[in-house]
Amino acid sequence: MATAVQTVERENYLNSNYGIKSWLLTTDHKRIAILYLISITAMFWLGGFFAMMIRLELLTPAGDLVSSDTYNKLFTMHGIIMVFFFLIPSVPAVLGNFLIPLMVGAKDLAFPRVNLLTWYLYMAGGTTALVAMVTGGVDTGWTFYTPFSTTYSNTHVIGAAIGIFIAGFSSILTGLNFIVTIHRMRAPGMTWRRLPLFCWANYAAALIMVLGTPVIAITLLLVALERAFHIGVFNPQLGGDPLLFQHLFWFYSHPAVYIMILPGMGVISEIVTCFSRKRVFGYEFIALASIAIAVLGFLVWAHHMFVAGISVYAALVFSLLSYLVAIPSAVKVFNWTATMYKGSITYNTPMLYAFGFIGLFTVGGLTGVFLASLGVDVHVTDTYFVVAHFHYVMVGGMVMAYMAGLHFWWPKMTGKMYPEGWAKLSALLVFVGFNTTFFPQFILGYMGSPRRYHAYPPEFQVLNVLSTAGASILAVGFVLPMIYFVWSLRYGKEAGPNPWNAVGLEWMIPSPPPTHNFDETPVVTWEAYDYEHQPQEEVTLGH
Amino acid sequence: MAISDIGDIQVAERALQHHFADMDQQRDTSSFGMWMFLLTEIMFFGGLFCAYLVYRASYYQAFVEGSQKMNIVLGATNTAVLICSSLTMALGVRAAQMGKPKLMVILLLITIVLGFGFLGIKAVEYHEHWENHEFPGPNFHFETGNPAHPATDPQHTQIYFSLYWAMTGLHALHMVIGIGLVAWLVIAGLMGAYTPHYSNPVENVGLYWHFVDLVWIYLFPMLYLISKKHGG
Amino acid sequence: MQGTTESVGHIIPAKLYVAIWAILMAMTLTTVLVSFVDIGPFNIVVALVIATIKATLVVLFFMHLRYSPKLTMATVVAAMFFLFLLLGLTMTDYLTRAWLTNPGY
Repeated sequence: MATAVQTVERENYLNSNYGIKSWLLTTDHKRIAILYLISITAMFWLGGFFAMMIRLELLTPAGDLVSSDTYNKLFTMHGIIMVFFFLIPSVPAVLGNFLIPLMVGAKDLAFPRVNLLTWYLYMAGGTTALVAMVTGGVDTGWTFYTPFSTTYSNTHVIGAAIGIFIAGFSSILTGLNFIVTIHRMRAPGMTWRRLPLFCWANYAAALIMVLGTPVIAITLLLVALERAFHIGVFNPQLGGDPLLFQHLFWFYSHPAVYIMILPGMGVISEIVTCFSRKRVFGYEFIALASIAIAVLGFLVWAHHMFVAGISVYAALVFSLLSYLVAIPSAVKVFNWTATMYKGSITYNTPMLYAFGFIGLFTVGGLTGVFLASLGVDVHVTDTYFVVAHFHYVMVGGMVMAYMAGLHFWWPKMTGKMYPEGWAKLSALLVFVGFNTTFFPQFILGYMGSPRRYHAYPPEFQVLNVLSTAGASILAVGFVLPMIYFVWSLRYGKEAGPNPWNAVGLEWMIPSPPPTHNFDETPVVTWEAYDYEHQPQEEVTLGH
Repeated sequence: MAISDIGDIQVAERALQHHFADMDQQRDTSSFGMWMFLLTEIMFFGGLFCAYLVYRASYYQAFVEGSQKMNIVLGATNTAVLICSSLTMALGVRAAQMGKPKLMVILLLITIVLGFGFLGIKAVEYHEHWENHEFPGPNFHFETGNPAHPATDPQHTQIYFSLYWAMTGLHALHMVIGIGLVAWLVIAGLMGAYTPHYSNPVENVGLYWHFVDLVWIYLFPMLYLISKKHGG
Repeated sequence: MQGTTESVGHIIPAKLYVAIWAILMAMTLTTVLVSFVDIGPFNIVVALVIATIKATLVVLFFMHLRYSPKLTMATVVAAMFFLFLLLGLTMTDYLTRAWLTNPGY
């Protein structure tokens, strides 16, 4: 539709104030989300660089590209960056920060200054960890198992631990902010049963953030103290028990994977309903499944320790509980599928990523159930089977959900459309590249190829080469969006308030939104995802 | 003073942040935020409590012998000091809610003094333990002090002391932060910042202070009062 | 524009605070005295029960939980629940390690 070129640019959160100070001292949740977008993207590429080095080494059976010590550092740093500095903050800190106030009808999060503090904590933690990496690295694995990390490793364990500790407080405060906002800042008429599922998902993830992260914080602190003062809390030679570290570590780190996936599932819920033009099937079930995943996720941590030496009876209990936690995830997959059934589906890029998510997350999730079985776990633990499992859920699941969300809300955040053709191509490359990289790893692991080894028997080379080839394709699939997203900022088509014709408060305000979000506090009178009786009037007309 | 002659309502209006609809929402929200923060603190200390539970269950005698080197008089006195400080803190919050800023300042100052008293007694204890080589590490050397019952398991008594220093040290750090927060309230209170319609910062710092007292209520019996029996 | 309201929240009488303080002091004395009596495994039980009663009084009255919204109570309950989860499930490992021995190995 041809419209006259705007002669005066409408006030929005991007142009309301210029200058570096207005960004570095902002308390606007939308600007903070953009700050996070930039830092998290940088971290993703750094973690990706380490992944590239790993896959290059694994092209040949001999350990010939790097030494074994260096290889240990590579997979450690890949893990630390990807887990703590990319996956955990990604959807909450970027999309959650931007969207939650909009979705509940508020002017900002409950504690805007604390929100800015979380970004600075993230940057401080990231910088500390990076310094540790650049000045020599860490080689303990992202899991920091004792007593290697406390006593025998000669690398910068304390620096990395402190970096993660600081970033952990960023996560805690983000979660606290989300929970308080969703409880206390909802607009009139925005009841819990009308709340977008993206909010439910981030709420559940926030519960985990506030309950679990403090435990890993104190655990890493104990590791640092033990390393510095040679006390013996985890060292068997001095009377300690290394398994206690593992219990405390995994008490957070297992629920942490649900911190990663729940917001991603929230994104998928929003996208599936919009591109099926149909109300979500079983809204209450999906909402409660999110909470169930958060709670049940805290009951299963010792499934990471089945072969570590815990009591067999404890292993039985944790195995049973681990089967249970799969159920609410399965409920969600069924409900998304049922939402699409007899819907009017369009295949825009966000929906393509959502399809990818549903399929790949299912594969990853089911292989998790295999691992919950004690008998299977004894066989495949510490092999590439586990590596493939968690990459299926974290990359095939979570990263695809993040890409889906970025594409879906990019028009809202920037006011511009990305080029659909290139985006579809990238989605295809990501899907093909991802499966080529990681499916062979299931086979490798099942055949016994151990993880964290830089050399392997020659009979595994074909699959390893295939995996590295896939990684190259995957990399291209991730580079293209970097280019076209930046391109779209200048040359992209104007998006308008609601390019997808979606239902939700965020689509009823201009793109990009004004700084204060809503001219008047919205009053919500419609049900969530009411695609049958889509409310047409804009809540606010802007200027 | 600058704003002491402005009305109570106006002070509250100036304190109202732009993203809240009214002061009620701001107070409810900030109070809920502080309770959520205390929830995270419970889990933070919880990791140490877990370590304590595991090692005490596994090495009970070593823990008994370690705790018998604690000074119960000082520990109990510290418990009493903290309980008194919670009383003065609670009364201080009440004074702020009733619009009595001078009384609030006096009570908060007493709270600070009691807080320093706690830290002072703790310092005396720490000094004693340090002199007795009861700090874990290469210089650790444990003796029960009772020649009739020599140390049965000094290696695991070192773990007891590791947890003692870690738990009371973390607690003391929280005390220092608490004293800082209360001092900030005193300064702001002297400038007339708090009124009956805007006392939530005082309430929230009060919550934090009571939480720190709560942690000690558990630390005291766990670390000092394990058992008086000698020799098992 | 009126941005504040009339309600200032519930104010507890000073006498109640002092009464709670007196109970807390008495219970502290009690727990110290009981620790000198040998009642075997019940020493720890009594100590924890007393500590929990003290904690409950502090939380309910000094921290105003009794007069706070239900959401606050839910927060406290959630904290207790997850703390016990950490402690309890970890102990399932330690308490049962000795149950099974493998004589063949």
